[in-house]
Amino acid sequence: MRFMMFMYPEISEAEWNPSAEAVAEMSRYNEELRKAGMLLALDGLHPPAEGASVSFDADGVKAVVDGPFAEAKEVVGGYWLIQARSKDEAVEWAKRCPGRECRIEVRRVFEMEDFPEDVQAAAAEI
Amino acid sequence: MAGADARAAVETVWRIESARLIAALARLVRDVGLAEDLAQDALLAALESWPRTGVPDNPGAWLMATAKNRAIDLARRSQTYERKREEVAHELGVLMAMDGVDLAAAADDEIGDDLLALMFTCCHPSLSTEARVALTLRLLGGLTTAEIARAFFVGEPTVAQRLTRAKRTLREARADFEVPAGPALRARLPDVLEIVYLVFNEGYAASSGERWVRDELCQEALRLGRILAELAPAEPEAHGLIALLEIQASRLPARLGPDGEPVLLLDQRRTLWDPLLISRGLAALKRAEELPAPLGPYGLQAAIAACHARAPETEDTDWVRIAALYAALGALSPSPIVELNRAVAVGMAFGPETGLALLERIASDPTLRDYHLLPSVRADLLARLGRSAEAVAEFHRAASLTENESERRLLLRRATEATDR
Repeated sequence: MRFMMFMYPEISEAEWNPSAEAVAEMSRYNEELRKAGMLLALDGLHPPAEGASVSFDADGVKAVVDGPFAEAKEVVGGYWLIQARSKDEAVEWAKRCPGRECRIEVRRVFEMEDFPEDVQAAAAEI
Repeated sequence: MAGADARAAVETVWRIESARLIAALARLVRDVGLAEDLAQDALLAALESWPRTGVPDNPGAWLMATAKNRAIDLARRSQTYERKREEVAHELGVLMAMDGVDLAAAADDEIGDDLLALMFTCCHPSLSTEARVALTLRLLGGLTTAEIARAFFVGEPTVAQRLTRAKRTLREARADFEVPAGPALRARLPDVLEIVYLVFNEGYAASSGERWVRDELCQEALRLGRILAELAPAEPEAHGLIALLEIQASRLPARLGPDGEPVLLLDQRRTLWDPLLISRGLAALKRAEELPAPLGPYGLQAAIAACHARAPETEDTDWVRIAALYAALGALSPSPIVELNRAVAVGMAFGPETGLALLERIASDPTLRDYHLLPSVRADLLARLGRSAEAVAEFHRAASLTENESERRLLLRRATEATDR
């Protein structure tokens, strides 16, 4: 199974510039994930100030707002996509992250067989 | 911490740490069987104490320290009691001399070397293929005896016996626990790669078995293949194998139809292929191609798989390149199966007539005599030439040779289609 580990920094965007030491520590962790054959993909994200938000209301009408997003409580700072044998294993790997003042959310990625059969059939018709 | 939670925590940590633990211990005691026993002792100790104390901050280091203490205890006891294994005293003497060394703090390089040495030992030439597979899954994959038994449709006692015998064989062969150096590494690497490939194929074979066990085997092979490519980065075949596995795995969601019947590569819905695994496979192939040594058999097979992966639709396939790659593969490791595949590619690239001519050259090969794909490929080429009657006969012949029921149905359907032309 695949798990997405979302990193939510719990610091203000102005403080998003990590030290060289913190980056090195994180690189070692990423390398450990890679060497364990777990890592599928990872990325760090620019702060939301440089992003944009496209929202849809009940009728599907779109509104585009440039960042930063005043209403957002938390913003994603980056993610890892890993292959793990169980949620427990993914959580154990998340615990090994050399994080400071942040939160990592571990979420399982949907696979086709997780969907009911009619949804699978609809997806197969594309 | 509740008992069940602690147990789950121990099992999770075990899955992550067991291979490294066994590898590091094996380096010290020079016996994978003994190393596994020591690691298991540490696991039991964790099951006893973690429910009371909670999971330690560095569970891997805890397990390693505990295993080391057990080893020292064992060495002391073995001096007073009857010896079970003649080498134990010497080996554990080494271990005791290492007492002051913090094993858990071993450098990354060392851990990597230990793991690689464990891989080579599990695939040692003194062992049968079955034993290599079982030992690899057990010691490197952390699979239980029961899980291995389920994956290979054999009884648990059979697997247990296979493992015990394999560990004894290694002991008797005095298998060196080390990474072969220089040319020896390149000579023995194919043994390791073969086992990883075999595990993958066991999982990939769509014909039978519990679904999740099969997936588990594919994932385990991918994990081992990725680790291997990290540990032996200068070896093109390590990258070649993982490239091949990633690309083949990308097709997993597309290779079965709605009723569980196999769907041939060229008929698969390519939108179902996993783009992440394809890009990982292509990246691994690039790493193999950038090394000074030429592509080996796995690299070439990966390059062929990449041709399919790169084509947005079946008709975009670069058959000329595939035909050339099969020719290179046939030159490197000649086999009638490779020639058969080359005939298919040549038939697609240069027309059915050319493909058929190539096929005739291998038609009398004894290894292909009862192989259903030979008449099936010939039937396909004949049908494209409009030689319907011959095509129908060949499709029927192919159908009579296959043991797979859904494949048989597919071949008979194609026979009917050829008749209607």
